[in-house]
Amino acid sequence: MSGQSTYEPKLAIEKWLDTRLPIIRFGADLLDFPTPKNLNYWWTFGGILAICLGIQIITGVVLAMHYVASGDLAFNSVEHLTRDVNYGWLIRNIHATGASMFFIAVYIHMMRGIYYGSYKAPREVLWILGMIIYLLMMATAFMGYVLPWGQMSFWGATVITNIIGSLPVVGPSITTWLWGGFAVDNPTLNRFFSLHYLLPFVIAGVVGLHIWALHVPGNNNPTGVNVKSKADTVPFHPYYTVKDGFAASVFLILFASFVFFNPDGLGHPANYTPANPLVTPNPIVPEWYFLPFYAILRAVPNKLLGVLSMFGAIGLLFILPWIDTAKVRSMRYRPMIRVFFFVFILGCLLLGFCGANEPDAHPFPGGAAGTFLDADINSFVWLSRLGFLLYFQFFPALFVVGLIETPLTQPDSISSPVLPQGATASPEKKG
Amino acid sequence: MATTNPHEDPNRRDFIHIAAAAAAVGGVAAVAWPLVDQMNPAGDTLALASIDFDLSKVALGQQVIAKWRSKPVFVRHRTPKEIAAAVADDHKDLRDPATDASRVKPGKAEWLILVGVCTHLGCVPDFGGGAYGGWLCPCHGSVYDTSGRIRAGPAPLNLPVPDYAFLSDTKVKIG
Repeated sequence: MSGQSTYEPKLAIEKWLDTRLPIIRFGADLLDFPTPKNLNYWWTFGGILAICLGIQIITGVVLAMHYVASGDLAFNSVEHLTRDVNYGWLIRNIHATGASMFFIAVYIHMMRGIYYGSYKAPREVLWILGMIIYLLMMATAFMGYVLPWGQMSFWGATVITNIIGSLPVVGPSITTWLWGGFAVDNPTLNRFFSLHYLLPFVIAGVVGLHIWALHVPGNNNPTGVNVKSKADTVPFHPYYTVKDGFAASVFLILFASFVFFNPDGLGHPANYTPANPLVTPNPIVPEWYFLPFYAILRAVPNKLLGVLSMFGAIGLLFILPWIDTAKVRSMRYRPMIRVFFFVFILGCLLLGFCGANEPDAHPFPGGAAGTFLDADINSFVWLSRLGFLLYFQFFPALFVVGLIETPLTQPDSISSPVLPQGATASPEKKG
Repeated sequence: MATTNPHEDPNRRDFIHIAAAAAAVGGVAAVAWPLVDQMNPAGDTLALASIDFDLSKVALGQQVIAKWRSKPVFVRHRTPKEIAAAVADDHKDLRDPATDASRVKPGKAEWLILVGVCTHLGCVPDFGGGAYGGWLCPCHGSVYDTSGRIRAGPAPLNLPVPDYAFLSDTKVKIG
């Protein structure tokens, strides 16, 4: 970690430990970490995500005490857990709702990173580690959704594993290898359970690296201007422990409202039908947090190209630091790219809306409006193609606008917009 | 032992490094392979290779779904009208060209036996749906005709015909 350590061991045992395993110093330095003093509430989602991961791991370990990973028993073991185990309903609802909450928080966290240019030098590795966490989260959530072994579990697993099968040459062998058979079956369920238990700990490890990579350059901030002096920062504790704590409390109210009042609101009723390999439920939809990617997959008429577009939608985010040509970080001072950013957000939401609907249904009243190329104009196929365009325009826009845009004047320092010229900030004294 | 300076004899030292590294890589690969291969289908899964199916329970114009290798298999008793419709489209502009005759056994055109897994992403198509009266996949709208050939939607290939043989007029062995 960067910066000078200000920890001074006082007790004899602290001094003894400090020369052997300076773990108290490590924790003290984390709490004392100099943090830009202008972080807004969008910055609280990092802490919220850490809480989400903790909740998922704790509830998950408990659920695993009651769950049976077998095609014949999985569905009933989940029902038993919900109906008969003491507080099983609560723990299961927290875990299932927690997955959705985790994704709400991670999407806000990522969009904040994009808006304020937090992925730009010198934070590229920090950004890529975050993207790796996001991929691991998707894999973990997908495998977790398979475990109750309902109809959506089974057919979601079938569709997603078949996506990999569309790769040329090696696809079918990889799919058989993933399945451990010729279709999704008991061996698939067992290995998904094993990996679903493992991956959260891998995520926790990468989160450790993510925080390490954060603490080398330090936090970005809403102005995107580098920290110039100690006057621009405050210690993480108590300033941001309190701010993050308040935001987390509000977030947990939303969380609890789903857990207690609408625990199945974010799921699908078909998953309360036990898995049947001979009948596909109609319609089949993934969890809401995968809907935009599902819509991208369906927007493309060619199977392989659809799969490649879907992976490309995530892959392009990985290389964002090198696509963006602008030197100014924060979109506060980039009015032109800001427009493209909001169009991108609109594209994400539109794709999510399309992914939840049948491709042939009519999004606008009035019925069929005439076929254009391969589908009706008034169909979710064409609406999702519009969403596709709004999503992918952002990446060339980042490249081109960065070259041609004249940014607004940035403040000289984090403190200067709020303080009279020449004044020095000392937040500690303001109390 | 006049000169054992490593700078004067780099080849021997390099050889030891390369040999040690190669042995380590080979060892790791040999240990890794069982860990990878254990995920492939187990012996008992592979052993469930074939099933016998009694055709007499399929009424004319209907289909029965059998389970083979944990996949659904469609056994469809086609009407003369459905066969005629399939044969009539033999030379239309098909995405995955195949004649109807190539998809059934000679003289047994009324029995169409297919793996009931959509070639798009693996859902089970619904019997009788779609514009061609064959199958309609509920997931992404792929349309198959009465020969199980892909006619519309995102699927790239026809529904596959499994290996099967008639044991008698009313019995087939699938697989």
